[in-house]
Amino acid sequence: MSAHREILFGLYDDETDLLTAVKEANTRHLDIDNVYSPFPVHGLDPILGLKESRLHQAGFIYGAIGTLTAFLFMTWVFTRDWPIIFGGKPYWSVPAFIPITFELTVLFASIGMVITYYAVNGGGPGVTNPVLDDRITDDKFCISFDAGHASTEEVGKFQQFLTETGASEIRTKII
Amino acid sequence: MSAVVSPIRDPLITGHKDYHQITEDICAPSERTPSAAWVTAFLIAVGALSVGIFCILWTIWFGIGTWNLNRTIGWGWDITNFVWWIGIGHAGTLISAILLLFRQKWRTGVNRAAEAMTIFAVLCAALFPGIHVGRMWVVFYFFPYPNTRGPLWVNFNSPLLWDLFAISTYFTVSLLFWYTGLVPDFATLRDRASGVRKKFYNFLSFGWTGAAKHWQRFESLSLVLAGICAPLVLSVHTIVSFDFATSVIPGWHTTIFPPYFVAGAIFSGFAMVLTLMIITRKILNLQDYITVEHIDSMNKVILLTGSIVGVAYISELVIAWYSGYIYEQFAFANRVQGVYWWSYFGMMTCNVLSPQIFWFRKFRRNIALTFFMSIFINIGMWFERFVIIPTTLARDYLPSSWSYYVPTWVEVGIFVGTLGIFFTLYLIFCRVAPVVAIAEVKAILKSSGDQYAGQNATGDHTSHDSHSHEEETLVH
Repeated sequence: MSAHREILFGLYDDETDLLTAVKEANTRHLDIDNVYSPFPVHGLDPILGLKESRLHQAGFIYGAIGTLTAFLFMTWVFTRDWPIIFGGKPYWSVPAFIPITFELTVLFASIGMVITYYAVNGGGPGVTNPVLDDRITDDKFCISFDAGHASTEEVGKFQQFLTETGASEIRTKII
Repeated sequence: MSAVVSPIRDPLITGHKDYHQITEDICAPSERTPSAAWVTAFLIAVGALSVGIFCILWTIWFGIGTWNLNRTIGWGWDITNFVWWIGIGHAGTLISAILLLFRQKWRTGVNRAAEAMTIFAVLCAALFPGIHVGRMWVVFYFFPYPNTRGPLWVNFNSPLLWDLFAISTYFTVSLLFWYTGLVPDFATLRDRASGVRKKFYNFLSFGWTGAAKHWQRFESLSLVLAGICAPLVLSVHTIVSFDFATSVIPGWHTTIFPPYFVAGAIFSGFAMVLTLMIITRKILNLQDYITVEHIDSMNKVILLTGSIVGVAYISELVIAWYSGYIYEQFAFANRVQGVYWWSYFGMMTCNVLSPQIFWFRKFRRNIALTFFMSIFINIGMWFERFVIIPTTLARDYLPSSWSYYVPTWVEVGIFVGTLGIFFTLYLIFCRVAPVVAIAEVKAILKSSGDQYAGQNATGDHTSHDSHSHEEETLVH
């Protein structure tokens, strides 16, 4: 986050309250900035309009790169660069290449996916992202609105919404 | 998982916890000063580790001749310990990956510690191939990189090289999987801490905020990592067994080895998980999260894998007899009644006979007995590897080269050292990280907490409506 943003947020005590509130926000056509929770809340993604993550597609591509790297490299070594006969078998002894090909597929897929995951989440060793409230990682469920870019009228609507849907605390924070 | 929880299924979280109480209970051990018990255990572990380092330096300085290996018995305690440790490492990934795919909720109580155990056990295992080659300073020849020796490449057709790839991949992937799960929990610790501890956990928590999109990616990543870890964990011990099975030694050259090794690995891994968890839950006061129900479930896995191992032992004997191949027959007769008969006896007693008591629910739920049994199985599985390795080598084709082997103090010292490494790392882990996965336990609270599930449920069952979307995703 580069520029400072003014965030209006409400804290809920239970995930059922959170889900009801998000549905209510949809009917009122309020533009939710983000939702935070201490654990993944099931049923939240579709009503928030989050598309399915494409991380697993990226994982497939990384895995395929691993497969090709391992298989083509061993092929090149044993048929072009330094052909040696082991145990009277052909130079290009495909069954013997399977274990390493499999291992590198798994290795590339997992390392690639984990790096992508932290990159798209904006996380990494030592990264500090703004925290709205310390209890969001404990027992509070949070809905936030971008108050800085909203008109006074809209901010009023947000506040009214948070009060009416049972937020236990409503605060504003500049991050 | 459906929204309806069977009333006969026991709760996995007891004590009527709410979300905040879960955070308090699980964070508590890393937020207080270490207890006298912890300090004592840590000092003992570091002492054992120092013995190991001394013996490793001794080996490097004076050479591999300080071990009692000889021309007949080239693999002794080193490879026995290597296979033992790598086997122990298997339970963590089984719990975190395979049980996640099977949607076993009881995994959430024990997966974090079991995965940590996996990583530390694999580290201990990886030590042995490194030092047993003798000339440790050229051990980098293992790695296929463009070199000035030709470039002469490593032998990609050799199971020993497959093993290198399998173990390094296994270690890396387990570490990534484990750490990814730890990040949200480190964030919980960060948000409760102040001062230097806050900076420390801020570094470890990778800027986690708990945003909905991040949780969605978290679950996607966990699921795919679990999916690829499941075949990985099976492949690792399969490849370890190839080290033996692709040789031409009677007693090793068998097709039963891969499944038999994998079952044995899970068996010994669960035994070690039980040993550690029974102590950990007591000392860190986590009985509400690692319940008797968890121990019961793990004992069922022990019973199953122990019986698979038993069937494998007996099949080996029967097939050796049925093959009509005298060398194979001799190899197995030698195992049962040869010079090392006592290790075969130990293996059979500890691994096959004793776990059968777990057919009874009363024994599966007896904590003291389970602890005793878990130690017993750890010893039995060590004997199994000893039976396979030195016993087989001691009596090979030529009677003139028959030999006997007892380890020197250096070999014993290195084994003690690996126990030291393992427990030192585990004790540090217990201090620094939440031993139970906080976010995962919270996510199953409303379906497995004792106020919602089981006979004494008092909670509001209507709250399960919110879980009706659970079918959409596999995780939890």
